Amino acid sequence: MKYQYFPGCSLKGMGKAYEESFLAVSRALGMEIGELEDWNCCGATAYMSVDETKSYALAGRNLAIAERTAGDVIAPCSACYLVLNKTMNGLRDNPGLNRKVTGALKSAGLEYKGTAKVRHPLDVLVNDVGLEKIKEHVKAPLSGMKFAAYYGCQVVRPYATFDNQDEPVTMDRLIEAAGGECVTWPLKTRCCGGSLTGTVPEAGLRLAYILLKEAKKRGAQAIVTPCPLCQFNLDAYQEQIAAKFERIDMPVLYFTQVLGLAMGLGAKELGIKRGIISAETVLAGR
Amino acid sequence: MALEQKVKYENDCDKEFASWVTSQTGGENLRHCIQCGICSATCPLSLYMDYTPRRLINLAREGFKKEVLSSFTIWLCASCYACRSECPKEIKVTDIMYMLKRKAIEEGVYPRRFPIPVLAREFSRMIFMFGRVNETLLVTDLFLRTNWFKFLSMTGLGFNLMRTGRMSLLPDSIKRKGELRKVLDAIESEEKKETVK
Repeated sequence: MKYQYFPGCSLKGMGKAYEESFLAVSRALGMEIGELEDWNCCGATAYMSVDETKSYALAGRNLAIAERTAGDVIAPCSACYLVLNKTMNGLRDNPGLNRKVTGALKSAGLEYKGTAKVRHPLDVLVNDVGLEKIKEHVKAPLSGMKFAAYYGCQVVRPYATFDNQDEPVTMDRLIEAAGGECVTWPLKTRCCGGSLTGTVPEAGLRLAYILLKEAKKRGAQAIVTPCPLCQFNLDAYQEQIAAKFERIDMPVLYFTQVLGLAMGLGAKELGIKRGIISAETVLAGR
Repeated sequence: MALEQKVKYENDCDKEFASWVTSQTGGENLRHCIQCGICSATCPLSLYMDYTPRRLINLAREGFKKEVLSSFTIWLCASCYACRSECPKEIKVTDIMYMLKRKAIEEGVYPRRFPIPVLAREFSRMIFMFGRVNETLLVTDLFLRTNWFKFLSMTGLGFNLMRTGRMSLLPDSIKRKGELRKVLDAIESEEKKETVK
């Protein structure tokens, strides 16, 4: 199985632990992963608010580069995953947009055919690698640990076809394969606040607080997420949330970190220490 | 108490804006909106909005340009797509919010208290310069441009990010910056041609 890894800006910055754990887990599972050559920023939600066509062209350059090499693209960041898929759909369905974007790419010597396939690690791990194979690799099951599986919005909405848009289950299955237990909670895909935590904190911080509070109420020891922005909002703003609402003290892990721990990989290799709310106490109890 | 007109007459609205909204990609099926309100019900931010998504859609398609473009609503949309996935008429509400944000930036009528347009512009400038975005520099720049005081209150967060090795102060850059700029410039000149037409 050969894949092209699209890190995006977050996994090289504040979401480093996601890159570390994702690569460690996929290598341990025997996946062949190379980083997409000279990738650029996907444009995220911000560029779409400035210039629509340019934001498609930005993502288009990445897709054109990906088409040169065999192997599906894996985009672990929810925003990258959404934008790359949105671009493929937009260029397929809108001939005027397609003409403009492919023309601009051509002027820089790039060719876009629309043959790339952009996938999320949740999809690849569950559907390509398979739960059975993952279970075979589990050496140190997280028995007795309770997690709140929090997917966030953009990984399942609106383009993902590998899971349900409101009640997704792929990450629950992976956590269970790792020996952990998923608490029942209704906020799996409710917004974490996105960039509003920074730009309009009165509204943004409350959204993050609602998730933390509910996870605690349901008995979760940690929140598990597949998105770098969700992880950042829920982990890094807990101090501000404590000042404004109440102290929750809830570690927020990436699902790849949970899998890696169960597979017996080292905490350092998985970037466990990069959490601002330390997960060490919770993990020591297992 | 002074009397104030609370409901607008048809003549008070901007028909040109209404036809612009409904002619845009994603806006075509706005006419099909049955005003059921599922968008407002699913929206996690509607309680902070001056017009709920349902009301904003109605205002937009009827041509209430000023109300729509200067509303808080469009800037509070965090693009979570919950409304879009629930809408019984499959209206792409999130894309409509993006379209209105772009129009508001273009016409310079967005409410000043929202730093989001500043963030969006700085974001695109950074991409043009480097091809990638450095989150630390982006956030620092945003707060310095909009709110000094808030920046000082963020130092605790900054310290935590530094402590956990999640902060980088050097911009990351792609190799073929010229190639990317060529693509973006080609789009820009194509768009200029269209406006002249």
